[in-house]
Amino acid sequence: AMEDVSAKFVSQKISRTRWRPLPAAALQPPDIFATGSWDNEDNRISIWSASDLGNAGLNGEYHGEPHLLCDIQHNGDVMDMQFLDQERIVVASSTGTVTIFRHHQNNQTLSANHRWEKAHYHVDQDTSCGGAACTGVVCNNPEIVTVGEDGRINLFRADQKDAVRTIDNADSSTLHAVTFLRTTEILTVNSIGQLKIWDLRQQRNEPSQIFSLAGDRVPLHCVDRHPNQQHIVATGGQDGMLSIWDIRQGTMPVSLLNAHEAEMWEVHFHPSDPDHLFTCSEDGSLWHWDTSTNVSEKPSFLHQGGRSTAYLSHSTINQSVVSAWLSNDPTKDRMEITNLIPNQTLSVNSLDVLGPCLVYGTDAEAIYVNRQLFA
Amino acid sequence: TSVPPQVVPGADSSARQLCFAWGPAEVLVCETLFGRAGGSRSRCLAGAAARALTDSVAGTEDGVPSSSCVFVVRRDQDIYIQTLRKLFNESHAIFMGLQRSEEELAGKSRKAQLVQVSKNYRSVIRACMEDMHQAAVSTRDPALQGQYSTQVSILSAMELIWNLCEILFVEAATAGPLLLRLLDWVRLHVCDVDSMVREVLSSESPSKHKLFWNVVDVFVLQGRMDEARHLLSKEASANPTSMNMYKILDDLMKKMPVPSLSNTQTLTELELKWQHWHEECQRYLQDGTFASSPHMESICKILLGDENAILEKKELMTTWYHFLVTRLLYSHPTVKPMELRFYAQSSMDLFLGGESSPEPLDMILMAAFEFEMHQVIKECSIVLSNWWFVAHLTDLLDHCKLLQSHNLYFGSNMREFLLLEYASGLFSHHSLWQLGVDYFDHCPEYGRVYLELHIERIPLSTEQKALKVLRICEQRQMHEQVRSICKIMAMKALRNNRLGSALSWSIRAKDAAFATLISDRFLKDYCERGCFSDLDLIDNLGPSMLLSDRLTFLGKYREFHRLYGEKRFPEAARLLLTLMTAHIAPCSFWMTLLTDALPLLEQKEVIFSAEQTYELMRCLEDLTAGNPDKQKFQDDDVETTKVEMLRLALARNLARVIVKEGTVEGS
Repeated sequence: AMEDVSAKFVSQKISRTRWRPLPAAALQPPDIFATGSWDNEDNRISIWSASDLGNAGLNGEYHGEPHLLCDIQHNGDVMDMQFLDQERIVVASSTGTVTIFRHHQNNQTLSANHRWEKAHYHVDQDTSCGGAACTGVVCNNPEIVTVGEDGRINLFRADQKDAVRTIDNADSSTLHAVTFLRTTEILTVNSIGQLKIWDLRQQRNEPSQIFSLAGDRVPLHCVDRHPNQQHIVATGGQDGMLSIWDIRQGTMPVSLLNAHEAEMWEVHFHPSDPDHLFTCSEDGSLWHWDTSTNVSEKPSFLHQGGRSTAYLSHSTINQSVVSAWLSNDPTKDRMEITNLIPNQTLSVNSLDVLGPCLVYGTDAEAIYVNRQLFA
Repeated sequence: TSVPPQVVPGADSSARQLCFAWGPAEVLVCETLFGRAGGSRSRCLAGAAARALTDSVAGTEDGVPSSSCVFVVRRDQDIYIQTLRKLFNESHAIFMGLQRSEEELAGKSRKAQLVQVSKNYRSVIRACMEDMHQAAVSTRDPALQGQYSTQVSILSAMELIWNLCEILFVEAATAGPLLLRLLDWVRLHVCDVDSMVREVLSSESPSKHKLFWNVVDVFVLQGRMDEARHLLSKEASANPTSMNMYKILDDLMKKMPVPSLSNTQTLTELELKWQHWHEECQRYLQDGTFASSPHMESICKILLGDENAILEKKELMTTWYHFLVTRLLYSHPTVKPMELRFYAQSSMDLFLGGESSPEPLDMILMAAFEFEMHQVIKECSIVLSNWWFVAHLTDLLDHCKLLQSHNLYFGSNMREFLLLEYASGLFSHHSLWQLGVDYFDHCPEYGRVYLELHIERIPLSTEQKALKVLRICEQRQMHEQVRSICKIMAMKALRNNRLGSALSWSIRAKDAAFATLISDRFLKDYCERGCFSDLDLIDNLGPSMLLSDRLTFLGKYREFHRLYGEKRFPEAARLLLTLMTAHIAPCSFWMTLLTDALPLLEQKEVIFSAEQTYELMRCLEDLTAGNPDKQKFQDDDVETTKVEMLRLALARNLARVIVKEGTVEGS
């Protein structure tokens, strides 16, 4: 419900919002999140607390808007951002630089921990200009993979000064986003509608597989992989289309779903409840895609998500979940979709979901936190 | 009203003449080479809309002595205040809601809707004021503190004016409710006495406090009867001797008839009751009931609307408009909107008493009481250092259908004029330009032109930003701008040697000429290096291949290489020949194509048919004969050798194929 959403105007356009990951055995919902800004003369990385504990109500429920814990100046637009662990955030800049910031929780400060200057660049890395925007970053501690407008893929390790591996000219068009498929394989999407798999163990500087949209080659802007079933991949395109791919078969998407009217900037499966998927767009909407509506057909363990599925036979899973996302004809009774932001006019650039909590940021210079997503 | 001249600090107008140029939201001012000339001409910048304040020194101008500077004079300096960005963003959402709102809603519900919009605007102003106040309290820098405090008082003045306009124009309160609204207005905005009230109420024994009677007076002056009676009851219990007197005053205060918001009593009924009550007060005053207590006597006089008694409490009212409302409360509770102007003028005169002259804020409020909406907006435009206020207020009044008769003699109407100014200011800001787009959209006459001019000036620092700008243009069918943005991005990519990106930008703009240019670069690279770059793109051109002939050729030529690589020689040969005979390949590339045919001609298997071989020969002869650079072929040894080799290969192939075809046909 909308009344569970708290908003804060922050006087800077928000390009990224990310929950801090929860410790392994955490019982509480997430509380701390990071934001990055873009298109300001002075861009910032900020750490926020979603629950204003100072204003906790009598019944212990949370009140009020998110409040700022600390922030730090960032050179260039924040293009992408990912927590490496509980304390460190990797930030991709429009200047081509990739920075690890550390959040010191004892005294609430941020500091630059490590920096790869101009990890992405045009023509010559050493010239004073010539940095190319780093458009995407993904972490699997200690590994960090970045992609950029220069079509380059970098593999870093948090503890190493130089890149472990660089694939120059990996893509002739702009790479817009990257995610891990498995520990040694990554997925990238580019501006000519292609989804590529790269195996980082192989020395060949070419993708191991290329998938592609048919027809007009609409640019793809974001990608996410199903947390439990790695062959299911979701991407979002310039026309706002959500594409679901089964990378085990074919070279084209299994289904194309239309809800947004402009660029889809981010797509995220819910990490522990992957029947739910969230997308946000330049058109100012944020859609919740829910395939769990047909509860009667499904074993209840799926709602708990996580490991329990591993003990069940594959056939059970295939019958239920696979039909949910990979069904060729996702009719309306199988998927329920809801716009969580009616009447918004400016772009929702970023969202992140964790547990029952959603955080998103907009070009209208506001951040929103919804703490009861499934209420 | 004449516009006060604006001095540009740092520009020495006494030594040199200044010149200036108007920009969309800024004025450039610079010193000229001319010395003092022309006598008494004004050297200050003064124009109808130039509420200018110098922002920064931009730099020196070429060819002018180094002491000369170019000044960037911004016409909307508040745009740059960080805390106000909240105001701009939140009010943008309200503005958009208002534009979307149902015009069809009739009468009361429409009015309620508009009043709600007005209240939303005000609550945003108040929220901003609180933030600004917090900032002022928490900073240690005195200069910054001063700045914040100034902003707080500007915001508070804006809210004061807006609230009055809401009562008088948007809600258009009628006699009766009008007074109640004005009382609320005064209670909300006269905050100078609040701390005194708090101090007295929180003291151990309020009635013993030296400011006790002041607080009672404040309550009476603001018509807060219940609070005043509550305080008085404390004093009464402490003074049993004057108990009777208290009872009488308390009774008078309790019985005072007030207008009601509901329709249960008519104005005539109210006036009758009020007359009766007034006479009762008069009686008690005349028979000296309160003679032993000057405090209570003065309160009774106030209840009777005695101007001198009220004026004695000047300090407790602090402003003339408080005095006006108190006076109305106790003398003319059923005042009609159109009568306000007389009371307002005389209240101001009485209150200021010739000691001080009215300030701009007073003039604005006076104009509102006089129902001179036009004047209110004009004065606000001159006094306030932002366009936000007048643009949004005027838009709201326009939606109330109050401004139709006010067409400007230039350009479009006033609403549009002010919105254009405000949005231009937003566009001059590094980050706020996105908000400006929607404002331009709702300016029917010039919005489109303004948007077109402004959007082209947005710096395209990243592809992501370019995509956002592009989306704005595409949604509005601004084809010219779409082309221009894509071209800029394609050029950038080309400069960075990103041919693939460059091509996808020109495909997006459907820019055939540029696609041709890039295709040529690809082909040139191929000729130089002998292999294709960016195969992932060229192999996936799809239907976009048809955008330009050269792009089609590039795609097809690459297809030839793939067929050749896959050893599908007959198909490759057929395609190669078609590229020339169907004139898909540019003439300059024919030599390369013919050279590509060489290995096919040398294959063990005969690949080209006799007919195809003749066609190849004709292509070669066309090329060597018809080429105006014929000279070049003869001079260039390599080229000559190549031609000779081709002729030889073709002749041999012809020989082989005649034998083969003859054999096949014969058998």
